[in-house]
Amino acid sequence: MSPAKKKSPPKPKRALLRRREMAADHRLGPGALRELAERIIKFSDADETEVDIGAVTDALTRFANNTIHQNVAEQNLTVSVRTVVDGRTARATTNKTDDESLRRVVRAAADLARFQPKNPDLLPMLKQQKTQKVARFFPATATAMPAERARAVARVCKATATAKQTAAGIFSTAMVETAFANSRGYFAHYEQTRAEFSVTIMEKDSSGWAKANSPNIADIDPDALGASASRKATASRAPKEIPPGRYTVILEPSAVLDLVGFLFYDFAGTAVLDQRSMFNKRIGTKLFGDNITICDDVYHPLQLGTPFDGEGVPREKVLLVDRGVPRNLVYSRATAKKMKKQPTGHGFSLPNEYGEAPMNLVFTGGKASVDEMVRSTERGILVTRLWYIREVDPYEKILTGMTRDGTFLVENGKISGGIRNFRFNQSMIEMLSNVEMLGEAVRAAGEESFEMVVPAMKVRGFHFSEVTKF
Amino acid sequence: MRDWANWAIDTAKVRGATFADARVMDIRHRDVSTKNGDVGNLSESESLGIGIRVIAGGAWGFAATDRLTREGVQACAAEAVAIAKASALAKTHDAVLAPEGPHVDTWQGPFIKDPFRIPVERQIDVLLAADKEMRRVKGVTLAEGSMSFRRIEQYYASTEGSAIHQLKMLSGAGIVATTFAGSEIQKRSYPNSFGGQHMQRGYELVESLNLVGNAQRIAEESVALHSAAQCPEGTSTIILESAQLGLQIHESVGHPIELDRVLGMEANFAGLSFLTLDKLRTLRYGSDIVNVVADARLEHGPGLGTFGYDDEGVPAQCTPIITDGLFTGYLSNRETAAAIGEKRSGGTMRTESWSNLPIIRMTNISLLPGSWKYDDLIADTDDAILMSTNRSWSIDDHRYQFQFSTEIGWEVKNGKIGRMLKNPSYSGITTEFWGSCDAICSREHWTLWGTPNCGKGQPMQTMGTGHGASPSRFRNVKIGAAFAK
Repeated sequence: MSPAKKKSPPKPKRALLRRREMAADHRLGPGALRELAERIIKFSDADETEVDIGAVTDALTRFANNTIHQNVAEQNLTVSVRTVVDGRTARATTNKTDDESLRRVVRAAADLARFQPKNPDLLPMLKQQKTQKVARFFPATATAMPAERARAVARVCKATATAKQTAAGIFSTAMVETAFANSRGYFAHYEQTRAEFSVTIMEKDSSGWAKANSPNIADIDPDALGASASRKATASRAPKEIPPGRYTVILEPSAVLDLVGFLFYDFAGTAVLDQRSMFNKRIGTKLFGDNITICDDVYHPLQLGTPFDGEGVPREKVLLVDRGVPRNLVYSRATAKKMKKQPTGHGFSLPNEYGEAPMNLVFTGGKASVDEMVRSTERGILVTRLWYIREVDPYEKILTGMTRDGTFLVENGKISGGIRNFRFNQSMIEMLSNVEMLGEAVRAAGEESFEMVVPAMKVRGFHFSEVTKF
Repeated sequence: MRDWANWAIDTAKVRGATFADARVMDIRHRDVSTKNGDVGNLSESESLGIGIRVIAGGAWGFAATDRLTREGVQACAAEAVAIAKASALAKTHDAVLAPEGPHVDTWQGPFIKDPFRIPVERQIDVLLAADKEMRRVKGVTLAEGSMSFRRIEQYYASTEGSAIHQLKMLSGAGIVATTFAGSEIQKRSYPNSFGGQHMQRGYELVESLNLVGNAQRIAEESVALHSAAQCPEGTSTIILESAQLGLQIHESVGHPIELDRVLGMEANFAGLSFLTLDKLRTLRYGSDIVNVVADARLEHGPGLGTFGYDDEGVPAQCTPIITDGLFTGYLSNRETAAAIGEKRSGGTMRTESWSNLPIIRMTNISLLPGSWKYDDLIADTDDAILMSTNRSWSIDDHRYQFQFSTEIGWEVKNGKIGRMLKNPSYSGITTEFWGSCDAICSREHWTLWGTPNCGKGQPMQTMGTGHGASPSRFRNVKIGAAFAK
């Protein structure tokens, strides 16, 4: 059920190269962004001033019923200013970059800051930090043209129509530049690109889904993803209804991601201070199985994201769970001071009420393939994707949601056919204690969580509570 | 704004567009929050730009920019046309729009007190006073409060001659008391979860909520939940108070009636709908007393789904969705209305920002009031569970099987509200659930709630929607499945 091996991307033609060069003009670069940041800081008479600049160029081609029905592009540059006035801080943001507007946004941040109680936890802004370089900018992604996306979509739609199936999905490309500067002379710049293709392929009573994203458009193979979704739609025809209950499940990486993505806020020091984390009073005690090890690592080759946090602190790799035992949390500067820890580089832009969170979870994987998990299962359920997951109980971490777009019964080591979709109510503590097999950790893409590096999992005793009508 | 929009549609026409419209939006936002006696978030933002939508070569293109020079707008319009021509590479049919006469108009939402002119220290003071009241209650481990304000000025112009200026002011506020004890985290929110109540009103909304006066009560309830009995598992009569019922309407009526979803356009993300076209005017959606409308007109109330014109220039309308229990209408735009042979769009195209393409969104999807007095409804109920304030919500991608849990519940026995229950939940199938409705409270108990965080579309857009409801009773509902072992 995994995508077939991808083909080499076609070589761009000469006319396309010229248009790509034009599109590359949107990239501002660290020099221009530093100049803009310094101009803004000069407008400020606050005690301290911090500037965040974000420049986004985003394009997305959307298709349904085997045709493109939406095709959009966006350019936006936002300037966000935080000022500190007499121990108080506030933020104002604008996308208007003329001098008058920039002066106004600086004034707005200062005015907001003045009229509030002093913040005893506020720390001085950082001086220049040494941040690690990461290379996540691919020109071919940044300059991808609408016609390239449309041609790929047209191929998938044609193949789908030929198979008498119906396709819906998206093909998007984006480029993001971020600059962070403050009045103590700190400056950091980061840029990344991102390409994403996702597709749902449907038949009368069945469907299949596949999705991938990467900073490099060359890693995305729409044809292979379409073929995978098509095979799932075919294989899940005429779904049978089987009763709810506890089953062994094989969760493909997208399904795992959308579940474990709900853990990330719990690893925040602030969440523990606020006593709303599932790790309240559980740090250092065995909570999950021996085969569960989780770290946060923005430098992992399959991850994306800035190597510095919202306060400019360089991000550190943090071991969060070691062989089933939650060991560490992540900390912003203020939270670290309160909890007598060191900041880990996971703070959000100030001011905020949530503190910090690990945004780059990496699970340690295993060696089993999904096919091996199926072969080892006497009776179980293979889940492609989950949907509309919500938290039912924050401390036991019970989540509810539905299976979707490719749910199969496994019998005697083989997929025996599609089944109607289930609702689950499942504690994450229990689930991560019942993992029998782990696949290789991959960059997974879902719809409920941002991307993380997670493996497929075979889990015993997963709780399906109800079944739906399709 | 007028010049930018006109540059856009003129350029699009020159470049070969057969239809173009442009939306200039100037959006201002203020967020204030407090947590355990301190200011949490204090920020303002503004965003100005133009979104240009075109049909060229029979296909759609959209581009948006914040570069509001003549050169920047014209380049954006040209890009929209180029994108449309690329879309035509994979088209199966030409885009067709239901007719809509040109409209030249100005509309402003109702607000008395501009929240951006209220000193921020006054707003902080209210939240900190409520925070103090919550933390006075022993056992409260986390007290939070928030206010959110949004001012949206927008100008719409089209090649068909429409020119519409609108100004909307959105306000919201709420408080939450959270308690951690033993192995449980419980919470109570006022006046609703999702940041409280949100409406298209000014600061007068915040003043009407009396956050401080309700702080102690919800804090005490949050503490009391730890010693309350667990909601049982089984089948029961339930009474939903109006805010929870508002979300039930949102998920099990509002989403499945979106015609883009019905026609497969949202299949990859938001999903499909069980309300296939053959069900229009044939499906029994609910019991005879269930009447639901989609009403964007101001006379319905100042909801998050209230406007003068939608984001493709169609006037606000009231569409009967469920009439005496029968399914009677969809939410449509000009393209989907044409696709199913309707003469006119239902006027539900909305966009989060200038940078997003408008898509079909809920307006105010409301259950019309019934005839019951609340006290009479309770007195008439022998055995039920009363559930209040949403805690979790989930529904399948055809909008058929759902599960909700609420922050708090109470037993109703022999016509009286009895002991408190913790962890209430209920689940069911949409049409079976609405078919089991046997009592709806009257207009005096009806509230137009605001849901500020409805996500849909790719790229995802967040939209505010309105949902009017009054407390209502449902029979033979499955309860307690969320916590079943």
